[in-house]
Amino acid sequence: MSGGLHARLHVPGRLDAELDADPGSVVAVIGPNGAGKTTLLTALAGVVAAEGHVEVDGRSWTDPVVGVRERRVGWVVQGQALFPHLSARDNVAFGLRARGVRRAEAADRAQAWLDRLGVGELADRRPTRLSGGQAQRVTIARALVTEPRLLLLDEPFSGLDVGVAAALRIELARHLASYDGVTLMVTHDALDALTLADRVVVLEDGRVAQQGTPGDVAARPRTDHVARLVGLNVLRDDAGGFTAFRPQDVVVSPTEPDGSARLRWAGRVAGLTPHGDAVRVQVDTRAGAGVDLLADVTPAASAQLGLSPGAEVWVSVKATATRTYGGPGAH
Amino acid sequence: MSRAAHGSPLGRAPLVLLVPAGAAVLLLLVPLVSLLVVTPWARLPELVASREVLEALRLTGVASLATVVLCLLVGTPLAWVLARVEFRGRSLVRALVTVPLVLPPVVAGVALVAALGRSGVVGAPLRDLTGLVVPYTTPAVVVAHTFVAMPFFVLSVEGALRASGERYDAVAASLGASRWTTFRRVTLPLAMPGVVAGGVLAWARSLGEFGATVTFAGNYPGVTQTMPSLIYQTLQNDRETAQTISIVLLGVSILVLALLRNRWLDRAPTGPGA
Repeated sequence: MSGGLHARLHVPGRLDAELDADPGSVVAVIGPNGAGKTTLLTALAGVVAAEGHVEVDGRSWTDPVVGVRERRVGWVVQGQALFPHLSARDNVAFGLRARGVRRAEAADRAQAWLDRLGVGELADRRPTRLSGGQAQRVTIARALVTEPRLLLLDEPFSGLDVGVAAALRIELARHLASYDGVTLMVTHDALDALTLADRVVVLEDGRVAQQGTPGDVAARPRTDHVARLVGLNVLRDDAGGFTAFRPQDVVVSPTEPDGSARLRWAGRVAGLTPHGDAVRVQVDTRAGAGVDLLADVTPAASAQLGLSPGAEVWVSVKATATRTYGGPGAH
Repeated sequence: MSRAAHGSPLGRAPLVLLVPAGAAVLLLLVPLVSLLVVTPWARLPELVASREVLEALRLTGVASLATVVLCLLVGTPLAWVLARVEFRGRSLVRALVTVPLVLPPVVAGVALVAALGRSGVVGAPLRDLTGLVVPYTTPAVVVAHTFVAMPFFVLSVEGALRASGERYDAVAASLGASRWTTFRRVTLPLAMPGVVAGGVLAWARSLGEFGATVTFAGNYPGVTQTMPSLIYQTLQNDRETAQTISIVLLGVSILVLALLRNRWLDRAPTGPGA
């Protein structure tokens, strides 16, 4: 038996997933809404009943069943869940007190963690008097102070201002680097997965659709969700292989383009959004490609082509600009 | 009021609604004003200081406070069970809790006699075994009051427990807290506004309780005669005195309303976009 996390969990109708993680690793869990991300976390925490097995640091949590209280998880639930009637310090000390640490020692250790997260001077404040970022730091301190073996972060940066989230992301990365337990982080943000995680697990319909390093998953998405997340066009062929290409490499033209070495589809403009210096055109090619394709064009080209929702266009991409992966024998 | 009736951008409030609304206000207002008008204010101090009234006031105070304490001790756990534990028949238990809300108080009194009376289902064996007799004692007053006041308390606390949700309970458990610790340190403090509101409601209900009390506990001065019982008894032969004592109870009720105002009345629903 090795350390880290080994889990095989089944929650009827919601989750059927297998997961392994080395000690000290950070696993980003991504996927569309309703894919089972939060269910996975709550099942690991023991809050939701699940079949299967969970092993952490070589110790089984499921055979015999270990209750939520004894699981040694640090669980940061989505949204703010600090106890509103307790001060920041008492919130952090709560887990220590519940585990029998004496009042004075619990307060000292709580204060030390608040200091580490840079909110030490706010220790006497109630959560209503903390900003979103400050409250999230207190929440993370509360999860880490009990020295959990498994840290579960459910969208730790959601609802925070962009700047606050960025600062907290950098800080969290530092704390996670010195944390020797396993971290699972549910996120909707590709940036979180790319900057904080060693591994990415993609959930879809309660199953693991893909897993790998962040770079690998971002470069070779196997789900529409991740393709959208990283801004790639991904086509799936009948044999189970994938073809991916970047929106920058897609050409939009009013008539069928020439040239044999091009993949091409006829479609209808479904939407236009600014994207950096370019205009990102969403083209409905569901009849041909099976999905909506994204193309980046210059504003000048967009005006010249008269692109507007409903306009009929051709989109094409050079075969050399595409990458194929997956498929038979390529796993 | 006048601005709402005449200055609304949606048009004037229709008379067909305003007239019945005015009638409802009159129905509530006229009796209270009449009571104030007919009260012989000069005799008030003398009457309030009379032994009869003082004893009834004391008993009403003792019984209503005991009722609130009893509600706290058994009603809070019941509210928690209803809000947090799933079991067969939970909706049945919840329905049972609300029965005293709609039950005529006299029927409640008759039912209590059937259960705890000298020869009642529980009362008879209780007397045989311990010699305790409940009816026509001060504890009987408290039992009757608790019976009718419990729904107000339990529903209020259960509502508060549901509103605070199980999320905090789950977080507390993940931090290592037992269910009892969680209840003490998280669940109950978060539900405290509901507990306070429920306590005040139960207290107010106990203050005015008459039917069940008279039926089950009787009307003995100093033992079971509360203010409402005294008022009713006095009304039979001395209307003026009854009106005067009623003013005292009206004053207490208005005080309760003032206490509740911030908690309940300010939360009146506001219109869309307000």
